[in-house]
Amino acid sequence: MTDLTRLTIAEARAKLRGKEIKAAEITDAYLAAIDQANPVLNAYVTVTHDKACDMARASDARLGKGEGGALEGIPLGIKDLFATEGIHTQACSHVLDGFKPRYESTVSANLWADGAVMLGKLNMDEFAMGSSNETSYYGPVINPWRRSRIDTSVVPTTHEGDGGFTAPGGIKTERALDNAQLVPGGSSGGSAAAVSAFLCAGATATDTGGSIRQPAAFTGTVGIKPTYGRCSRWGIAAFASSLDQAGPIARDVRDAAILLKSMASVDAKDTTSVDRPVPDYEAAIGRSIKGMKVGIPKEYRVDGMPEEIETLWQKGIAWLKEAGAEIVDISLPHTKYALPAYYIVAPAEASSNLARYDGVRYGLRVPGKDIVDMYEKTRAAGFGNEVKRRIMIGTYVLSAGYYDAYYLQAQKVRTLIKRDFENVFAAGVDVILTPATPSAAFGIADEDMASDPVKMYLNDIFTVTVNMAGLPGISVPAGLDPKGLPLGLQLIGRPFEEETLFQTAHVIEQAAGTFQPQKWW
Amino acid sequence: MSVDLQTVKRVARLARIAVSDEEASRMTGELNTILGFVEQLGEVDVSGVEPMTSVTPMEMRKRQDAVTDGNKAADIVANAPATEENFFLVPKVVE
Repeated sequence: MTDLTRLTIAEARAKLRGKEIKAAEITDAYLAAIDQANPVLNAYVTVTHDKACDMARASDARLGKGEGGALEGIPLGIKDLFATEGIHTQACSHVLDGFKPRYESTVSANLWADGAVMLGKLNMDEFAMGSSNETSYYGPVINPWRRSRIDTSVVPTTHEGDGGFTAPGGIKTERALDNAQLVPGGSSGGSAAAVSAFLCAGATATDTGGSIRQPAAFTGTVGIKPTYGRCSRWGIAAFASSLDQAGPIARDVRDAAILLKSMASVDAKDTTSVDRPVPDYEAAIGRSIKGMKVGIPKEYRVDGMPEEIETLWQKGIAWLKEAGAEIVDISLPHTKYALPAYYIVAPAEASSNLARYDGVRYGLRVPGKDIVDMYEKTRAAGFGNEVKRRIMIGTYVLSAGYYDAYYLQAQKVRTLIKRDFENVFAAGVDVILTPATPSAAFGIADEDMASDPVKMYLNDIFTVTVNMAGLPGISVPAGLDPKGLPLGLQLIGRPFEEETLFQTAHVIEQAAGTFQPQKWW
Repeated sequence: MSVDLQTVKRVARLARIAVSDEEASRMTGELNTILGFVEQLGEVDVSGVEPMTSVTPMEMRKRQDAVTDGNKAADIVANAPATEENFFLVPKVVE
């Protein structure tokens, strides 16, 4: 029998509807894979065995009656940032110790309403603050990808099946892998690692500055951050409310389209949820991109960018050109200011959102001699270093006398960043192609990044502009670096034109193939 | 602009996070690195530019002024560290 965890969502959906397999079987296969792999990869912080089995049985009953929903029987992982009723929801922070909400987030409720099965809660950077999944209270997630000992640029780089690559002619080649543990990226590191390692068919994730797209790029998976307002933020622990958006991480472009269709909705409980119908994203896949105008922004060619990133970008340009797109050089002049503006706006919003964790209504409480002492001790013990750092920056930039110099200036720069995009879209550009990240996955406990927080922040240099402007962006795997690690390309679209992103990303996927890590765990 | 140890301690107090002297001095360095990084925003000419208030132009949707939810005090206090008869318990604040 084929390994059921290897099926894409689209393949599993067909087999479930055709009654070739049962939801209970596919769920069992995933639970077994998680039980085997999770002690090593640490992608899940809670596995909901019983709930998964109950949901799968209910799916089988509905499928038997021909009443299956769009995701009937599909086993998914949920990022720990989403409230799941009665189940561990801590944003991977100690401050939410023991929190089990009495309500369900809108996004996860949409998935269950469509018949999906919950496997458990996925590890992440604490409160989604981080780019390596190392700030989690539950410890780092390990990337299922490892470096190859040999330079893969001298051997064929096709890539199929379970790992490494398949040489032309179908001969499978095992790679000698380096033992160094790599990060999966962050903050949705657990989501990306679980999807990449076949520990769920797809996963929910969130993206405030790159937290879906960067880990997707680091793990050879597809991740889309939709337009701000497309997915409801209700029931998602807030980090920076004007930037946060939920989206899926999946194994291929079609699966990402299927998941986003279910996750997105119009929700009265989120006042920034946009009142427009959710299109059938999957229908966009396979549409020709002939005549589409693809913009290449010169500002994304940054100093010190590794050669393989530039090469990958050029490959992407060539693929789109071959498919009939028109390539145009564009300028987004305020790009370099997006990251510094983000590091004012996001911490400012975080410092106010995270004020609620005070040891009174939920989570951890450390006793003190009076109420203020209790607050201060609870927050000192409950938050990790990165979260404290951001609360401190946010509190400082919002404090009396500094508001105009920092926050107001950053919000004005944000207007200029958005205007840059509006100008190129008005000039007829349909989609923008950039690298997703400035490098491939790096090592756990990287000393450079540990000693300088700004070095870690630079991971989001290509993704953060999209959040600042509220636009949709997708990261799609496009190749391997010379060490055999996956690299991604990013496509940025007009507001609410996610369909264009799926359509174009699929062209890249057709040319580049899909990428799976070689199993070592 | 940069911060000194005293400012960091004051900000920590505003943020209601207890910090030791050692932590405060480590944070001073880290915060100055970050503030040094964001300093470059000062070079952008923003004259005549409106600060962003909403990323997508939208009017705030308002719902009807009607009771749509409630009668779930037990759910609301269910996750609290200390409660009594559906009240949150806190250390004494009024003498």
